[in-house]
Amino acid sequence: MISETPLIGDFNVSPSGPLDGARIGVITFPGTLDDRDAARAVRLGGGTAVPLWHADQSLHGVDAVILPGGFSYGDYLRAGAIARFAPVMETVVKEAGASATSSSPLPVLGICNGFQVLTEAHLLPGSMIKNDHLKFICKDQVLRVENTSTPWTSQFTPDELIAVPMKNQDGQYVVSAEELEQIEAEGRVVFRYIGENPNGSRNNIAGVTNERGNVVGLMPHPEHAVEAGYGPDDTTGMREGTDGLTIFTSVVSSLAGGNK
Amino acid sequence: MPTIVVEVMPKPEILDPQGKAIANALPHLGFTSFAGVRQGKRFELTVEGEVTDEVLESARTAAAEMLSNPVIEDVVSVSVKEDI
Repeated sequence: MISETPLIGDFNVSPSGPLDGARIGVITFPGTLDDRDAARAVRLGGGTAVPLWHADQSLHGVDAVILPGGFSYGDYLRAGAIARFAPVMETVVKEAGASATSSSPLPVLGICNGFQVLTEAHLLPGSMIKNDHLKFICKDQVLRVENTSTPWTSQFTPDELIAVPMKNQDGQYVVSAEELEQIEAEGRVVFRYIGENPNGSRNNIAGVTNERGNVVGLMPHPEHAVEAGYGPDDTTGMREGTDGLTIFTSVVSSLAGGNK
Repeated sequence: MPTIVVEVMPKPEILDPQGKAIANALPHLGFTSFAGVRQGKRFELTVEGEVTDEVLESARTAAAEMLSNPVIEDVVSVSVKEDI
């Protein structure tokens, strides 16, 4: 097996607990594309990736769950609409949703199509419609991290700017005016697009969290910016960007009892 | 077989990018009488046997909970199409 140690990684993070205990589940639905990349990002972030299958209700005791990008069920009906009814989602909603009784509900991250699944499952507010310009976007996108109190963003500095790839057709975030006001007032916008609004999203929103802060969804792809040589261009060189890795080190560290 | 027809439209306050693109394309083909277009969805649910009140009610529930997303869409109608 080839080594998955990054050539140049961000190793200056110093979590206060052991890292290798964190088991992060990555769900595969029919039509999911980025599950392998997400699992690899988990490993590069210091966690153990556990593959989860849509038809299996069990989460196999994982400490956190990632819903990766892709086109689950071919985006039939609406993006994420069918995946929401998968057996595994019942358990995710039970352990992460508003009715979760645990004092530390399951951390869940939805990336791109995973974000769409989380809105369809009512774990996150709002919904995604077609990009206002109707084109598929594929580019590196700068985001501002505006909420660092979630387990997925705890190692970012407030208002840190990060660059990660973005690739989607249905990425325009929409939400009712009342809910938008509430999300903004409660500081639940986790990521915001910087520069020109890429798709017409309300208030340039790229990612949001739920009331308890354990569920986070975002349209761009942090799991594609975790390894130098394969990420976005940055000041050190072409494809050297690894800004996305902090998402994965954050959750591993948070689970280990680090700076949450 | 009797069929229940469910029609779903994007909410009026939500910009419909597809409808807008169609509206922009119509004049290029000489269709100049239309001020706007909104694109929705029509579902046809076939029923084995009779469409009872119970069946119709479950179609309404499916329309509200699965066939539409209340954040972005409205269920415009749930009706029974007579056999042809």
